[in-house]
Amino acid sequence: MLLNFLNEYLSIIIFLFVALTLSIGFIVLNYIFSPSKPDPEKLSAYECGFEAFGDSRMEFDIRFYLVAILFIIFDLEIAFLFPWAISLGNIGALGFWSMMIFLLILTIGFIYEWKKGALDWD
Amino acid sequence: MIYINIFFSEIYKIIFLLLPILVSVALIVWLDRRVWAFVQKRRGPNVVGPFGLLQTVADALKYIFKEIIIPASANKTIFILAPIITLTLSLIAWAVIPFSNEMVLSDINVGILYLFAISSLSVYGIIMGGWASNSKYPFLGAIRSAAQMVSYEVSIGIIIINVLLCVGSLNLNKIVLAQENVWFIFPLFPMFVIFFISALAETNRPPFDLPEAESELVAGYQTEYSGMMYAMFWLGEYANILLLCALGSILFLGGWLSPIDIFPFNAIPGPFWMIFKILGLFILFSLVKAIVPRYRFDQLMRLGWKIFLPFSLLWVVLTASFLFFLDMLPSTG
Repeated sequence: MLLNFLNEYLSIIIFLFVALTLSIGFIVLNYIFSPSKPDPEKLSAYECGFEAFGDSRMEFDIRFYLVAILFIIFDLEIAFLFPWAISLGNIGALGFWSMMIFLLILTIGFIYEWKKGALDWD
Repeated sequence: MIYINIFFSEIYKIIFLLLPILVSVALIVWLDRRVWAFVQKRRGPNVVGPFGLLQTVADALKYIFKEIIIPASANKTIFILAPIITLTLSLIAWAVIPFSNEMVLSDINVGILYLFAISSLSVYGIIMGGWASNSKYPFLGAIRSAAQMVSYEVSIGIIIINVLLCVGSLNLNKIVLAQENVWFIFPLFPMFVIFFISALAETNRPPFDLPEAESELVAGYQTEYSGMMYAMFWLGEYANILLLCALGSILFLGGWLSPIDIFPFNAIPGPFWMIFKILGLFILFSLVKAIVPRYRFDQLMRLGWKIFLPFSLLWVVLTASFLFFLDMLPSTG
């Protein structure tokens, strides 16, 4: 049992290292075979041929942040739904209705966000 | 001694998986450009090798000989790490994809959860690349891309739950075997459509390629990259596209099962069916790229959050209620 478990995940870990080696290998190959003639103009950040003005790590729209927060909520909800979905046959009416109540509460929150305009981009 | 044997047999299996993936990514880039060209009545790449099949190999060789340019203001470590992460993640996701009942590198019992986790992580490669470049276009492209991928991740997750309700297992082989009688595309057709569109958005494919919209953001998060590191981003991107095609065929099109269980069809081995289905879905992907114009960002977010999310959530409730009240739920051991 334990050996079986280890064996399955071992191949994923070995695969991870093989894939990492391959990715690094590509860059090393490029490093070996490519010319390197840097000059200040070449190394400056691209901004349509002009001198860069202002800081590029500027403030950005708050809605990107809101989307990230909403993502956390809904991704957690999906993480709850996964085990519920595969065991629904065994947990009967109690399991079914508990999740329906949970989804109802979530929907109320979702409607609130919608009405507050958190999902609007204009 | 026995451990060394296990190790080498694993390495052998990995190479047997990795090489076909890389070759098919190269061929699929060629196919994508060909389909695109044919829709526009052009020829597409047809010079290098027979029918231009070796075009991608030639491109990759060219990239190896191109200068590596790292902007002076960039965070160098993160800048180099970003394409490595993108490519590595898009390759290791293939470890759990079954090509037949036995042809799978690692038949773990939480296969779909593993895929979901890996595809959530792949947003890091893009955001690191965009942030580390320390330049305006990559930064804007990266935050757009992160918002877009994260939004459609949610609807893909809810769609997967619909399928799981009908299967009762997270193992990808069991998901395929549950479709022996009827493919899930028939009872869950609206979910298949939403999955397909979300997959387009998730992989930054046209019409949702806003992070790389060349008319407004030059090349998005890839703007400052050159040489092989740039090539690794698109290798990873195409490997991800293929992965989502494979996931689509496993979830909805019966994976490696033959469409009907009668003689000339069931004599063809499973891996071929799997490859046919992936190819079919990919041709749809590239036709969409050639035909549909680009979305606007606010339309994209509205589609994801206000249409797909409520609709797929409603469909979860419907599927669960249907299976529950008609007592058709799969029983799990």
